[in-house]
Amino acid sequence: MGKTNKGLFITICTLPALILLIIFLIIPTIQVFSMSFYNVTGISKTADFAGLENYRYMLGDSDFLVALKNTLLLMVIVPVCTLTLSLLFAFLLTQGKIRGKNFYRTIFFFPSILSFVVVAILWSFIYHPTMGIINSLLEMVNLGFLARPWLGDSKTVLGAVALTLIWQAAGYYMVMYIAGIDGISPELYEVATIDGANAFHKFVSVTVPLLWEIIRVTIVLAVSGAINLSFVIVSVMTNGGPGTSSSVLLQYMYRQGFENSNFGYAMSIAVVTLVLGVLLSYLANKLTGQDTLNG
Amino acid sequence: MTRKHLNFSPAPQKKASVAMKNIASLMITRLILYTATLAVLYPLFWDLLSSFKTNKEFLANPWSLPAGFHFQNYINAFTNARLGDYFLNSVWVVVFSLSLLLVCIIPISYVLARFRFPFSRLIRNIFMACIFIYPTYIIVPLFLTMAGLNMLDNRFWLSLVYAVLQFPFAIFLLSGYMKTIPPEFEEAAMMDGASYFTILRKVIVPLTKPGIITVSILAVLSFWNEYPLALTLITTDSKKTIPIGLVNLYEVQRYATDWGALFAALVLVLIPTALIYIAGQKRLTQGMIVGGLKG
Repeated sequence: MGKTNKGLFITICTLPALILLIIFLIIPTIQVFSMSFYNVTGISKTADFAGLENYRYMLGDSDFLVALKNTLLLMVIVPVCTLTLSLLFAFLLTQGKIRGKNFYRTIFFFPSILSFVVVAILWSFIYHPTMGIINSLLEMVNLGFLARPWLGDSKTVLGAVALTLIWQAAGYYMVMYIAGIDGISPELYEVATIDGANAFHKFVSVTVPLLWEIIRVTIVLAVSGAINLSFVIVSVMTNGGPGTSSSVLLQYMYRQGFENSNFGYAMSIAVVTLVLGVLLSYLANKLTGQDTLNG
Repeated sequence: MTRKHLNFSPAPQKKASVAMKNIASLMITRLILYTATLAVLYPLFWDLLSSFKTNKEFLANPWSLPAGFHFQNYINAFTNARLGDYFLNSVWVVVFSLSLLLVCIIPISYVLARFRFPFSRLIRNIFMACIFIYPTYIIVPLFLTMAGLNMLDNRFWLSLVYAVLQFPFAIFLLSGYMKTIPPEFEEAAMMDGASYFTILRKVIVPLTKPGIITVSILAVLSFWNEYPLALTLITTDSKKTIPIGLVNLYEVQRYATDWGALFAALVLVLIPTALIYIAGQKRLTQGMIVGGLKG
């Protein structure tokens, strides 16, 4: 008994999970970076070192640049709109006078556990030119001239994708904020009320400052969420179309990888996407950190 | 904003108008909440309604109620679209993934929560760092690795990959939970001469049941909803899971215009998700928030 027994126990408990993690997660992650420096195509075993050639090719690849632009737009618009809405609803629901707080919380959270495939298909019908609810709603209120094939029009398709992403995620962040607000001492709100603060003042001077750390975390989550979720939503809803007007980086990576078998090039796109996500999160964190110091 | 606004000056003589203001703001709050509830629920409700409509009814008016319960759509979804097969495949994959996940993570979570041994810190940090790796980024190398190991187009290996990708977050959640259990129970069992394995099985597992349930709920949802890996790693139609089946159906119905079956299929996929949500809402919400804020 004793030492050897304990050592054996620890080994048996740890090794299976660790080995599986190395094979299916860690090695592939390392390969993402290494493959991006090679010309790997098809299932052919020949891979010649290409240095930075894949990365250089990107700069002249107009399809890549469109995907990059679209991703950047979504990375900014979706988190900003989602988090603003989430914060607003979290605040409204925690103001005490609202009946059915739990009901709203339950309802608003539900879309965030749905399958992205279901969300994507459902919304592509909502945007459907003839049978969709958006166009018929517009016609009902005499704004029929605004009706259009939302996903078929290169001007509106990205906005339509963004709205779908916001619908899906807003409730999730709202519940996170509610948990944060519930942790704020109610006395602070009472003091503000006695001082004659209205709801807006309370929101700006009590809620937002005290939630700041949570808000910063959610910004990082929402940015990486926008990058990742847009992949499934765009793949199912539009496959990047019409033309390339709704293509996003991970979806373009997937196409390069599995439709064109440009594995090396696909991986360099993955690396750029990853770096972009980290960079924007870092930037958002820096900016919001500065604000608290000044404010 | 001016200084004056920040001075919350009380105005006792305006009590009546304050009361009016409160009522007005309450009305506005209610209006906003009702609108949002409608925006969240209506698409889902519309899906349910549409699943009972005939093809003729779709083209008429998307807001109208179905003339009757047209259950034929559900029958079509099962017979023509073979939804039942996809459904079974998904159930199969979820059960296997969950079993593999729990068998692997309960022991390692316990060891990482309780013991210090060579490299224990390193191992813990590796798992923590892996929380940030999203499957989409590594999909190309993972595909090539599995092709090399002859693991493609196999539901069991797909389940294994699903389980492994959940390891980092599940271990984080479960070992965090295990740390909160007082060690006295184990010490008492140790005095009675129980082996480490017995303690793990007879003492730790029963005590960590709530944590295990939370991990399981989150994992089941993500397995049930997963799309990119299933799309990439499975090629034979009869082995595909339900998200892939849905997208296939969606692609086909676009041209065949048998919309009813598709709406029925969407409802069928939503039902398990809704049931899990109703049964485990509190745990699920908490687990997802912890995952977001600390992951």
